[in-house]
Amino acid sequence: MREHSIVRVVSKILLPYILLFALYVQLHGDYGPGGGFQAGVIFGAGCILYALVFGVNKARRVAPSSVVSSIMAIGLMLYAGVGVVCLFKGGNFLDYNVLRHDPHHAQELGVALIELGVGMTVAAVMFTIFMTYAERAKK
Amino acid sequence: MLVGTGITIIRQQNLLAASMLSGIYSLLSACWMVELDAVDVAFTEASVGAGISTVLMLATLALTTRSEKKPVHKSFLPLFVVLATGAALIYGTLGAPPYGDPANVVHHHVAPRYVNDSYDETGIPNIVTSVLASYRGYDTLGETSVVFTAGVGVLLLLKRGKRSKREEKK
Repeated sequence: MREHSIVRVVSKILLPYILLFALYVQLHGDYGPGGGFQAGVIFGAGCILYALVFGVNKARRVAPSSVVSSIMAIGLMLYAGVGVVCLFKGGNFLDYNVLRHDPHHAQELGVALIELGVGMTVAAVMFTIFMTYAERAKK
Repeated sequence: MLVGTGITIIRQQNLLAASMLSGIYSLLSACWMVELDAVDVAFTEASVGAGISTVLMLATLALTTRSEKKPVHKSFLPLFVVLATGAALIYGTLGAPPYGDPANVVHHHVAPRYVNDSYDETGIPNIVTSVLASYRGYDTLGETSVVFTAGVGVLLLLKRGKRSKREEKK
């Protein structure tokens, strides 16, 4: 799709806003609709748009497969790790109240961390699935 | 419109058009969910159903073919199975409590606590987020690991690693 200049210019303009909107959805999930899963999907879709328009090789240079697959695992480990930290602090698994003294702050911290984990895993998985398909199609 | 789009998808022989139409179907159902005040679900449906899954289906079509193959078997047995299951489901809904009745069991189990106390207990204004991430943290952990497993599965099945390249050289 490298020869369509309109598509290239428009996606170049839109891409930062898509990624920014994904971060907004991620961090604003406590107050409005959305959360880690939706943010991850939007972020992944932004990366896929880049790969579609500018080619798989360029996208691979931005996000090598080793980095993306480690993000995939780190997200899940972050989620489970928050649960384990809660265990060590004397609560139940994923019982955020023990993370801080004030239960409200503790809940917000716990929820923000696990949503971050969900977002990382989902974005990395979506991007990985698309890239694996695209690279196979090229061969 | 939803029903019309669904029927068009079934009748479509061209798989490219069918996947485009399924994206439209997702977008329509997202609008319908906004109408029902389920904004979080609508958001997910719009981003996953209309966005990602359409792109993934198109990527799959690029790997396979664009048009549907002629079915080799007669479709009477599947039709019978579908009709029987549908009839059983409709029979099952006859025993369900009346729609929208405030005295229903679902409105009196944990829902009142979520609606009334979730802000005091978690400090999070969006009830959906507090239920998903805090009260039902185990479920969301399970969902995340399902997504992770899907990614790993695709990598294992489709990725051509260094080893297969070496085998090709042999």
